[in-house]
Amino acid sequence: MKVTVDEDRCCGAGQCVMLAPDVFDQREDDGIVVLLEAEPDAAHHTAVREAADVCPAAAITVHEDS
Amino acid sequence: MTLSEPGTDELHYPLPAPDPLDPPKEWAELRDRCPVATVTLPSGDHAQLLTRYDDVKQVLSDPRFPRVGGGQGARISDSGGVFDSDMASALPQSGPAHQQWRRLVMRWFTAKRMAALRPRIEAMADSLIDEMLAHGQPADLKAALGFPLPVWVICTMLGVPDSDRDRFSYWSDTLLNLTRYGRDEIVAAQTEFLGYMQAHVQAKRAQPGDDLLSELTTEPTADGTLLTDAQLVGTGQGLLVAGHETTANMISKMVAMLLADRRRWEQLLADPSLVRTAVEESLRFDANPGIGMPRYIAEDVALGSAALPAGTTVMCSMGAANRDARAFDGAEEMDLTRSPNPHLSFGSGPHSCLGQALARTELQVTLEVLLRRLPGLDLAVPVEELQRVEGLAVGGLRELPVRW
Repeated sequence: MKVTVDEDRCCGAGQCVMLAPDVFDQREDDGIVVLLEAEPDAAHHTAVREAADVCPAAAITVHEDS
Repeated sequence: MTLSEPGTDELHYPLPAPDPLDPPKEWAELRDRCPVATVTLPSGDHAQLLTRYDDVKQVLSDPRFPRVGGGQGARISDSGGVFDSDMASALPQSGPAHQQWRRLVMRWFTAKRMAALRPRIEAMADSLIDEMLAHGQPADLKAALGFPLPVWVICTMLGVPDSDRDRFSYWSDTLLNLTRYGRDEIVAAQTEFLGYMQAHVQAKRAQPGDDLLSELTTEPTADGTLLTDAQLVGTGQGLLVAGHETTANMISKMVAMLLADRRRWEQLLADPSLVRTAVEESLRFDANPGIGMPRYIAEDVALGSAALPAGTTVMCSMGAANRDARAFDGAEEMDLTRSPNPHLSFGSGPHSCLGQALARTELQVTLEVLLRRLPGLDLAVPVEELQRVEGLAVGGLRELPVRW
Protein backbone atom coordinates (compact mmCIF):
# COMPACT_ATOMS: atom_id res chain seq x y z
CA MET A 1 0.00 0.00 0.00
CA LYS A 2 1.16 3.48 -0.90
CA VAL A 3 -0.43 6.61 0.54
CA THR A 4 -0.37 10.17 -0.76
CA VAL A 5 -1.89 13.30 0.78
CA ASP A 6 -2.92 16.62 -0.76
CA GLU A 7 -2.00 19.44 1.64
CA ASP A 8 -3.91 22.03 -0.40
CA ARG A 9 -7.15 20.09 -0.11
CA CYS A 10 -6.68 19.21 3.56
CA CYS A 11 -9.18 20.96 5.85
CA GLY A 12 -7.56 19.83 9.11
CA ALA A 13 -10.44 17.69 10.33
CA GLY A 14 -8.00 15.38 12.08
CA GLN A 15 -9.92 12.18 11.39
CA CYS A 16 -6.83 10.53 9.87
CA VAL A 17 -4.77 11.25 12.99
CA MET A 18 -7.50 9.93 15.25
CA LEU A 19 -7.76 6.74 13.17
CA ALA A 20 -4.13 6.07 12.24
CA PRO A 21 -1.77 8.15 14.42
CA ASP A 22 1.24 6.12 13.28
CA VAL A 23 0.64 7.06 9.65
CA PHE A 24 -0.76 10.61 9.82
CA ASP A 25 -0.05 13.68 11.89
CA GLN A 26 -1.06 17.36 11.70
CA ARG A 27 1.30 20.33 11.50
CA GLU A 28 1.28 22.13 14.83
CA ASP A 29 0.95 25.61 13.38
CA ASP A 30 -2.07 25.08 11.12
CA GLY A 31 -3.44 21.55 11.51
CA ILE A 32 -2.61 20.49 7.95
CA VAL A 33 -1.90 16.80 7.36
CA VAL A 34 1.62 15.39 7.64
CA LEU A 35 2.24 11.96 6.16
CA LEU A 36 4.47 9.96 8.52
CA GLU A 37 4.48 6.67 6.62
CA ALA A 38 4.01 6.69 2.85
CA GLU A 39 4.10 2.88 2.79
CA PRO A 40 2.47 1.80 6.06
CA ASP A 41 2.69 -1.72 7.47
CA ALA A 42 -0.18 -4.11 6.86
CA ALA A 43 -1.29 -3.64 10.47
CA HIS A 44 -2.34 -0.08 9.60
CA HIS A 45 -4.05 -0.76 6.27
CA THR A 46 -7.61 -1.00 7.57
CA ALA A 47 -7.31 2.25 9.52
CA VAL A 48 -5.66 4.02 6.57
CA ARG A 49 -8.44 2.95 4.21
CA GLU A 50 -11.02 4.19 6.68
CA ALA A 51 -9.17 7.49 7.03
CA ALA A 52 -9.19 7.94 3.25
CA ASP A 53 -12.89 7.00 3.04
CA VAL A 54 -14.01 9.47 5.68
CA CYS A 55 -11.65 12.38 4.95
CA PRO A 56 -14.06 15.30 4.44
CA ALA A 57 -11.69 16.94 1.97
CA ALA A 58 -10.85 13.76 0.01
CA ALA A 59 -7.22 14.68 0.64
CA ILE A 60 -5.92 11.11 1.15
CA THR A 61 -5.32 8.72 -1.74
CA VAL A 62 -4.56 5.04 -1.17
CA HIS A 63 -2.80 3.08 -3.91
CA GLU A 64 -3.39 -0.57 -3.12
CA ASP A 65 -1.28 -2.15 -5.86
CA SER A 66 2.15 -0.78 -5.21
CA MET B 1 -48.33 13.31 -0.31
CA THR B 2 -47.78 16.11 -2.75
CA LEU B 3 -44.21 17.16 -3.26
CA SER B 4 -43.65 20.78 -3.97
CA GLU B 5 -43.34 21.67 -7.63
CA PRO B 6 -43.53 25.26 -8.81
CA GLY B 7 -47.18 26.18 -8.96
CA THR B 8 -48.40 23.37 -6.71
CA ASP B 9 -48.70 23.06 -2.95
CA GLU B 10 -45.88 24.73 -1.12
CA LEU B 11 -43.49 22.65 0.92
CA HIS B 12 -42.76 24.64 4.07
CA TYR B 13 -39.29 24.31 5.54
CA PRO B 14 -38.22 23.11 8.02
CA LEU B 15 -40.34 20.00 7.47
CA PRO B 16 -42.42 18.86 10.44
CA ALA B 17 -41.37 15.56 12.01
CA PRO B 18 -44.02 13.41 13.67
CA ASP B 19 -41.79 11.56 16.14
CA PRO B 20 -38.91 12.81 18.26
CA LEU B 21 -36.21 10.49 16.90
CA ASP B 22 -37.58 9.74 13.43
CA PRO B 23 -37.01 11.78 10.30
CA PRO B 24 -39.71 13.76 8.49
CA LYS B 25 -41.63 11.30 6.35
CA GLU B 26 -40.88 13.42 3.29
CA TRP B 27 -37.13 12.64 3.31
CA ALA B 28 -37.35 9.25 1.62
CA GLU B 29 -39.79 10.39 -1.01
CA LEU B 30 -37.86 13.57 -1.75
CA ARG B 31 -34.63 11.60 -2.21
CA ASP B 32 -36.33 9.18 -4.58
CA ARG B 33 -38.64 11.41 -6.55
CA CYS B 34 -37.74 15.04 -6.04
CA PRO B 35 -34.09 15.40 -4.99
CA VAL B 36 -34.12 19.12 -5.83
CA ALA B 37 -37.36 20.44 -4.28
CA THR B 38 -38.64 23.99 -4.01
CA VAL B 39 -39.29 24.90 -0.37
CA THR B 40 -40.60 28.01 1.38
CA LEU B 41 -38.34 29.22 4.21
CA PRO B 42 -39.64 30.83 7.43
CA SER B 43 -38.86 34.23 5.85
CA GLY B 44 -41.19 33.46 2.91
CA ASP B 45 -38.23 33.29 0.53
CA HIS B 46 -37.70 30.17 -1.54
CA ALA B 47 -34.83 27.71 -1.74
CA GLN B 48 -34.08 24.40 -3.39
CA LEU B 49 -33.87 21.55 -0.89
CA LEU B 50 -31.20 18.92 -1.61
CA THR B 51 -31.66 15.50 0.00
CA ARG B 52 -29.36 13.10 -1.90
CA TYR B 53 -25.91 12.29 -0.54
CA ASP B 54 -23.98 13.01 -3.73
CA ASP B 55 -25.75 16.33 -4.39
CA VAL B 56 -25.32 17.57 -0.82
CA LYS B 57 -21.69 16.52 -0.72
CA GLN B 58 -20.94 18.16 -4.07
CA VAL B 59 -22.42 21.52 -3.10
CA LEU B 60 -20.85 21.57 0.38
CA SER B 61 -17.44 20.63 -1.05
CA ASP B 62 -17.45 23.29 -3.76
CA PRO B 63 -15.50 26.36 -2.59
CA ARG B 64 -17.32 28.54 -5.15
CA PHE B 65 -20.57 28.34 -3.19
CA PRO B 66 -20.54 30.53 -0.07
CA ARG B 67 -22.97 30.66 2.77
CA VAL B 68 -25.99 32.84 2.28
CA GLY B 69 -25.99 36.20 4.03
CA GLY B 70 -25.03 39.81 3.52
CA GLY B 71 -27.86 40.22 1.04
CA GLN B 72 -26.71 37.30 -1.08
CA GLY B 73 -29.23 34.52 -1.49
CA ALA B 74 -32.53 33.88 0.23
CA ARG B 75 -33.16 34.96 3.81
CA ILE B 76 -33.77 32.08 6.19
CA SER B 77 -35.92 33.93 8.71
CA ASP B 78 -37.04 37.44 9.58
CA SER B 79 -35.88 37.40 13.16
CA GLY B 80 -32.14 37.71 12.65
CA GLY B 81 -30.08 35.13 14.45
CA VAL B 82 -26.98 33.40 13.25
CA PHE B 83 -27.75 33.39 9.55
CA ASP B 84 -28.22 37.17 9.44
CA SER B 85 -25.55 38.12 11.91
CA ASP B 86 -23.26 41.05 11.11
CA MET B 87 -20.63 39.92 13.59
CA ALA B 88 -19.78 36.80 11.65
CA SER B 89 -19.08 38.96 8.61
CA ALA B 90 -16.03 40.42 10.39
CA LEU B 91 -14.39 37.15 9.42
CA PRO B 92 -13.48 36.32 5.83
CA GLN B 93 -16.08 33.82 4.63
CA SER B 94 -14.33 32.34 1.62
CA GLY B 95 -11.20 32.24 -0.48
CA PRO B 96 -7.56 32.64 0.64
CA ALA B 97 -8.39 35.04 3.51
CA HIS B 98 -10.83 32.51 4.97
CA GLN B 99 -8.25 29.77 4.62
CA GLN B 100 -5.65 31.88 6.46
CA TRP B 101 -8.04 32.53 9.33
CA ARG B 102 -9.08 28.90 9.43
CA ARG B 103 -5.51 27.64 9.54
CA LEU B 104 -4.67 30.09 12.32
CA VAL B 105 -7.50 28.78 14.48
CA MET B 106 -7.11 25.19 13.30
CA ARG B 107 -4.04 24.59 15.42
CA TRP B 108 -6.29 24.69 18.48
CA PHE B 109 -8.46 21.89 17.15
CA THR B 110 -5.97 19.29 15.97
CA ALA B 111 -6.46 15.68 16.97
CA LYS B 112 -3.40 15.90 19.23
CA ARG B 113 -4.65 18.99 21.03
CA MET B 114 -7.97 17.26 21.55
CA ALA B 115 -6.26 14.16 22.89
CA ALA B 116 -4.41 16.42 25.35
CA LEU B 117 -7.69 18.09 26.35
CA ARG B 118 -9.44 14.77 26.81
CA PRO B 119 -8.64 14.24 30.51
CA ARG B 120 -9.98 17.72 31.34
CA ILE B 121 -13.20 17.03 29.43
CA GLU B 122 -13.51 13.72 31.25
CA ALA B 123 -13.09 15.44 34.60
CA MET B 124 -15.78 17.99 33.63
CA ALA B 125 -18.16 15.17 32.63
CA ASP B 126 -17.47 13.32 35.86
CA SER B 127 -18.10 16.39 37.96
CA LEU B 128 -21.37 17.19 36.13
CA ILE B 129 -22.51 13.59 36.64
CA ASP B 130 -21.59 13.83 40.35
CA GLU B 131 -23.93 16.82 40.59
CA MET B 132 -26.66 15.01 38.72
CA LEU B 133 -26.40 11.99 41.02
CA ALA B 134 -26.50 14.24 44.07
CA HIS B 135 -29.85 15.63 42.95
CA GLY B 136 -31.33 12.15 42.52
CA GLN B 137 -33.42 10.52 39.85
CA PRO B 138 -35.11 10.98 37.50
CA ALA B 139 -32.94 13.71 36.05
CA ASP B 140 -32.83 15.71 32.85
CA LEU B 141 -29.59 14.59 31.21
CA LYS B 142 -29.70 17.53 28.83
CA ALA B 143 -29.74 20.14 31.58
CA ALA B 144 -27.36 18.20 33.82
CA LEU B 145 -24.73 17.16 31.29
CA GLY B 146 -25.42 17.69 27.60
CA PHE B 147 -25.84 21.46 27.75
CA PRO B 148 -23.27 22.50 30.36
CA LEU B 149 -20.39 20.31 29.17
CA PRO B 150 -19.66 21.86 25.74
CA VAL B 151 -20.04 25.45 26.96
CA TRP B 152 -17.64 24.67 29.80
CA VAL B 153 -15.12 23.38 27.25
CA ILE B 154 -15.50 26.42 24.98
CA CYS B 155 -15.27 28.88 27.86
CA THR B 156 -12.06 27.14 28.89
CA MET B 157 -10.65 27.44 25.37
CA LEU B 158 -11.64 31.12 25.17
CA GLY B 159 -10.31 31.89 28.63
CA VAL B 160 -13.77 32.86 29.90
CA PRO B 161 -14.28 32.32 33.66
CA ASP B 162 -16.51 29.44 34.70
CA SER B 163 -18.86 31.89 36.40
CA ASP B 164 -19.91 33.27 32.98
CA ARG B 165 -20.87 29.88 31.53
CA ASP B 166 -24.60 30.44 32.01
CA ARG B 167 -24.52 33.75 30.17
CA PHE B 168 -22.66 32.09 27.31
CA SER B 169 -25.31 29.38 27.14
CA TYR B 170 -28.05 31.98 26.85
CA TRP B 171 -26.23 33.95 24.17
CA SER B 172 -25.58 30.93 22.01
CA ASP B 173 -29.20 29.86 22.38
CA THR B 174 -30.53 33.21 21.17
CA LEU B 175 -28.06 33.39 18.30
CA LEU B 176 -29.10 30.00 16.95
CA ASN B 177 -32.81 30.12 17.57
CA LEU B 178 -34.86 31.09 14.54
CA THR B 179 -38.32 31.30 16.07
CA ARG B 180 -38.32 31.02 19.87
CA TYR B 181 -37.03 34.51 20.56
CA GLY B 182 -38.28 37.77 19.11
CA ARG B 183 -36.08 40.03 17.03
CA ASP B 184 -35.60 42.44 19.99
CA GLU B 185 -34.39 39.67 22.28
CA ILE B 186 -31.98 38.40 19.66
CA VAL B 187 -30.58 41.86 18.96
CA ALA B 188 -30.26 42.56 22.70
CA ALA B 189 -28.42 39.27 23.25
CA GLN B 190 -26.10 39.92 20.32
CA THR B 191 -25.32 43.41 21.62
CA GLU B 192 -24.65 42.09 25.10
CA PHE B 193 -22.44 39.30 23.81
CA LEU B 194 -20.56 41.72 21.55
CA GLY B 195 -19.89 44.05 24.48
CA TYR B 196 -18.74 41.17 26.66
CA MET B 197 -16.43 39.79 24.00
CA GLN B 198 -14.93 43.19 23.14
CA ALA B 199 -14.04 43.74 26.78
CA HIS B 200 -12.79 40.15 27.02
CA VAL B 201 -10.53 40.53 23.96
CA GLN B 202 -9.09 43.79 25.34
CA ALA B 203 -8.48 42.13 28.69
CA LYS B 204 -6.65 39.29 26.94
CA ARG B 205 -4.53 41.77 24.99
CA ALA B 206 -3.58 43.49 28.26
CA GLN B 207 -3.03 40.29 30.20
CA PRO B 208 -2.69 37.20 28.02
CA GLY B 209 -3.61 33.83 29.45
CA ASP B 210 -3.16 30.25 28.30
CA ASP B 211 -6.08 30.29 25.89
CA LEU B 212 -6.94 30.53 22.23
CA LEU B 213 -7.92 34.21 22.15
CA SER B 214 -4.79 35.29 24.02
CA GLU B 215 -2.64 33.44 21.54
CA LEU B 216 -4.52 34.89 18.58
CA THR B 217 -3.89 38.46 19.79
CA THR B 218 -0.18 38.01 19.04
CA GLU B 219 -0.10 35.27 16.39
CA PRO B 220 0.11 36.56 12.80
CA THR B 221 -1.64 34.88 9.88
CA ALA B 222 0.41 33.42 7.01
CA ASP B 223 0.67 36.86 5.37
CA GLY B 224 1.96 38.44 8.57
CA THR B 225 -1.10 40.41 9.68
CA LEU B 226 -2.70 40.20 13.11
CA LEU B 227 -6.41 39.67 13.61
CA THR B 228 -8.33 42.84 14.47
CA ASP B 229 -10.45 43.09 17.62
CA ALA B 230 -13.56 42.65 15.47
CA GLN B 231 -12.12 39.48 13.99
CA LEU B 232 -11.17 38.15 17.41
CA VAL B 233 -14.70 38.85 18.65
CA GLY B 234 -16.05 37.16 15.52
CA THR B 235 -13.81 34.18 16.18
CA GLY B 236 -15.11 33.89 19.73
CA GLN B 237 -18.68 34.17 18.54
CA GLY B 238 -18.12 31.66 15.76
CA LEU B 239 -16.63 29.12 18.13
CA LEU B 240 -19.40 29.57 20.68
CA VAL B 241 -22.21 29.40 18.16
CA ALA B 242 -20.69 26.54 16.19
CA GLY B 243 -19.45 24.58 19.14
CA HIS B 244 -21.96 24.84 21.92
CA GLU B 245 -25.49 24.11 20.90
CA THR B 246 -24.53 21.61 18.22
CA THR B 247 -22.62 19.36 20.58
CA ALA B 248 -24.98 20.04 23.49
CA ASN B 249 -27.95 18.79 21.53
CA MET B 250 -26.03 15.95 19.95
CA ILE B 251 -25.14 14.56 23.38
CA SER B 252 -28.82 14.28 24.31
CA LYS B 253 -29.88 12.94 20.92
CA MET B 254 -27.09 10.37 20.91
CA VAL B 255 -28.00 9.09 24.38
CA ALA B 256 -31.70 9.10 23.45
CA MET B 257 -31.06 7.04 20.31
CA LEU B 258 -28.92 4.55 22.23
CA LEU B 259 -31.53 4.16 24.98
CA ALA B 260 -34.57 4.15 22.69
CA ASP B 261 -33.60 0.60 21.77
CA ARG B 262 -31.75 -0.51 24.86
CA ARG B 263 -30.06 -3.35 22.99
CA ARG B 264 -27.79 -0.61 21.60
CA TRP B 265 -26.79 0.52 25.09
CA GLU B 266 -26.18 -3.08 26.13
CA GLN B 267 -24.06 -3.66 23.03
CA LEU B 268 -21.83 -0.77 24.15
CA LEU B 269 -21.69 -2.00 27.75
CA ALA B 270 -20.56 -5.38 26.44
CA ASP B 271 -17.98 -3.82 24.12
CA PRO B 272 -16.97 -0.23 24.99
CA SER B 273 -14.46 -0.27 22.12
CA LEU B 274 -17.48 0.47 19.91
CA VAL B 275 -17.79 3.97 21.38
CA ARG B 276 -15.96 5.57 18.44
CA THR B 277 -18.09 4.00 15.70
CA ALA B 278 -21.24 4.42 17.83
CA VAL B 279 -20.58 8.17 17.99
CA GLU B 280 -20.14 8.37 14.22
CA GLU B 281 -23.31 6.36 13.65
CA SER B 282 -25.23 8.61 16.05
CA LEU B 283 -24.06 11.60 14.02
CA ARG B 284 -25.16 9.90 10.80
CA PHE B 285 -28.47 8.62 12.14
CA ASP B 286 -29.54 11.90 13.77
CA ALA B 287 -33.01 12.54 12.35
CA ASN B 288 -33.21 16.03 13.82
CA PRO B 289 -29.97 17.77 12.93
CA GLY B 290 -31.50 21.18 12.25
CA ILE B 291 -32.33 22.88 9.04
CA GLY B 292 -29.10 22.05 7.22
CA MET B 293 -26.61 24.27 5.43
CA PRO B 294 -27.83 27.04 3.16
CA ARG B 295 -25.56 27.77 0.21
CA TYR B 296 -25.65 30.41 -2.50
CA ILE B 297 -25.06 28.93 -5.95
CA ALA B 298 -22.86 31.64 -7.44
CA GLU B 299 -22.34 29.95 -10.83
CA ASP B 300 -24.35 27.48 -12.89
CA VAL B 301 -23.64 23.95 -11.69
CA ALA B 302 -24.66 20.45 -12.78
CA LEU B 303 -25.53 18.13 -9.90
CA GLY B 304 -26.13 14.43 -10.36
CA SER B 305 -29.84 15.05 -9.98
CA ALA B 306 -30.35 18.33 -11.82
CA ALA B 307 -28.71 21.47 -13.13
CA LEU B 308 -28.90 24.53 -10.87
CA PRO B 309 -28.73 28.04 -12.34
CA ALA B 310 -26.55 30.75 -10.81
CA GLY B 311 -28.45 32.76 -8.21
CA THR B 312 -30.18 29.75 -6.65
CA THR B 313 -30.23 29.36 -2.87
CA VAL B 314 -30.00 25.72 -1.88
CA MET B 315 -30.63 24.14 1.50
CA CYS B 316 -28.39 21.13 1.97
CA SER B 317 -30.08 18.56 4.20
CA MET B 318 -27.19 16.59 5.64
CA GLY B 319 -29.65 14.58 7.73
CA ALA B 320 -31.54 13.37 4.65
CA ALA B 321 -28.27 12.75 2.78
CA ASN B 322 -26.97 10.68 5.70
CA ARG B 323 -29.87 8.27 5.23
CA ASP B 324 -29.47 7.95 1.47
CA ALA B 325 -29.41 4.25 0.57
CA ARG B 326 -27.32 5.17 -2.49
CA ALA B 327 -24.45 5.97 -0.09
CA PHE B 328 -25.02 3.72 2.95
CA ASP B 329 -25.95 0.04 3.17
CA GLY B 330 -28.87 -0.40 5.54
CA ALA B 331 -29.19 3.38 5.65
CA GLU B 332 -32.35 3.25 7.78
CA GLU B 333 -30.73 0.97 10.39
CA MET B 334 -28.58 2.23 13.24
CA ASP B 335 -25.44 0.07 13.11
CA LEU B 336 -23.01 0.86 15.94
CA THR B 337 -20.20 -0.97 14.13
CA ARG B 338 -20.54 0.87 10.79
CA SER B 339 -17.17 1.56 9.22
CA PRO B 340 -16.30 3.51 7.20
CA ASN B 341 -18.97 6.06 7.97
CA PRO B 342 -18.50 9.06 5.67
CA HIS B 343 -21.55 10.94 6.99
CA LEU B 344 -21.96 14.63 6.22
CA SER B 345 -22.93 15.84 9.69
CA PHE B 346 -19.83 18.05 9.83
CA GLY B 347 -20.21 19.17 6.24
CA SER B 348 -17.59 18.44 3.64
CA GLY B 349 -14.65 20.14 1.97
CA PRO B 350 -12.94 23.44 2.80
CA HIS B 351 -15.77 24.65 5.07
CA SER B 352 -16.31 21.41 6.94
CA CYS B 353 -16.60 21.82 10.69
CA LEU B 354 -13.43 23.29 12.17
CA GLY B 355 -14.20 21.81 15.58
CA GLN B 356 -15.09 18.30 14.53
CA ALA B 357 -12.21 16.70 16.44
CA LEU B 358 -13.41 18.56 19.54
CA ALA B 359 -17.03 17.49 18.96
CA ARG B 360 -15.96 13.87 18.45
CA THR B 361 -13.85 13.98 21.60
CA GLU B 362 -16.69 15.46 23.67
CA LEU B 363 -19.18 12.90 22.38
CA GLN B 364 -16.81 9.97 22.89
CA VAL B 365 -15.85 11.10 26.39
CA THR B 366 -19.48 11.67 27.39
CA LEU B 367 -20.45 8.22 26.22
CA GLU B 368 -17.47 6.54 27.88
CA VAL B 369 -18.14 8.28 31.19
CA LEU B 370 -21.86 7.46 31.09
CA LEU B 371 -21.18 3.79 30.34
CA ARG B 372 -18.67 3.66 33.19
CA ARG B 373 -20.65 5.63 35.77
CA LEU B 374 -24.26 4.75 34.90
CA PRO B 375 -24.47 1.34 33.22
CA GLY B 376 -28.12 1.09 34.30
CA LEU B 377 -29.04 4.30 32.48
CA ASP B 378 -32.48 4.27 30.87
CA LEU B 379 -35.13 6.67 29.64
CA ALA B 380 -37.48 7.80 32.39
CA VAL B 381 -40.33 8.39 29.92
CA PRO B 382 -41.53 6.45 26.87
CA VAL B 383 -39.56 7.51 23.81
CA GLU B 384 -42.71 8.90 22.16
CA GLU B 385 -42.96 11.45 24.95
CA LEU B 386 -39.61 13.05 24.16
CA GLN B 387 -40.18 16.46 22.63
CA ARG B 388 -38.24 18.18 19.91
CA VAL B 389 -36.99 21.71 20.33
CA GLU B 390 -38.68 23.79 17.68
CA GLY B 391 -37.09 26.66 15.92
CA LEU B 392 -33.42 26.02 16.33
CA ALA B 393 -30.96 26.07 13.49
CA VAL B 394 -29.63 23.10 15.42
CA GLY B 395 -32.20 20.42 16.19
CA GLY B 396 -32.51 18.88 19.60
CA LEU B 397 -34.70 17.51 22.34
CA ARG B 398 -36.40 19.74 24.89
CA GLU B 399 -35.21 17.52 27.70
CA LEU B 400 -33.96 13.99 28.22
CA PRO B 401 -35.47 12.46 31.39
CA VAL B 402 -33.37 9.51 32.56
CA ARG B 403 -33.08 7.02 35.42
CA TRP B 404 -30.12 4.86 36.38
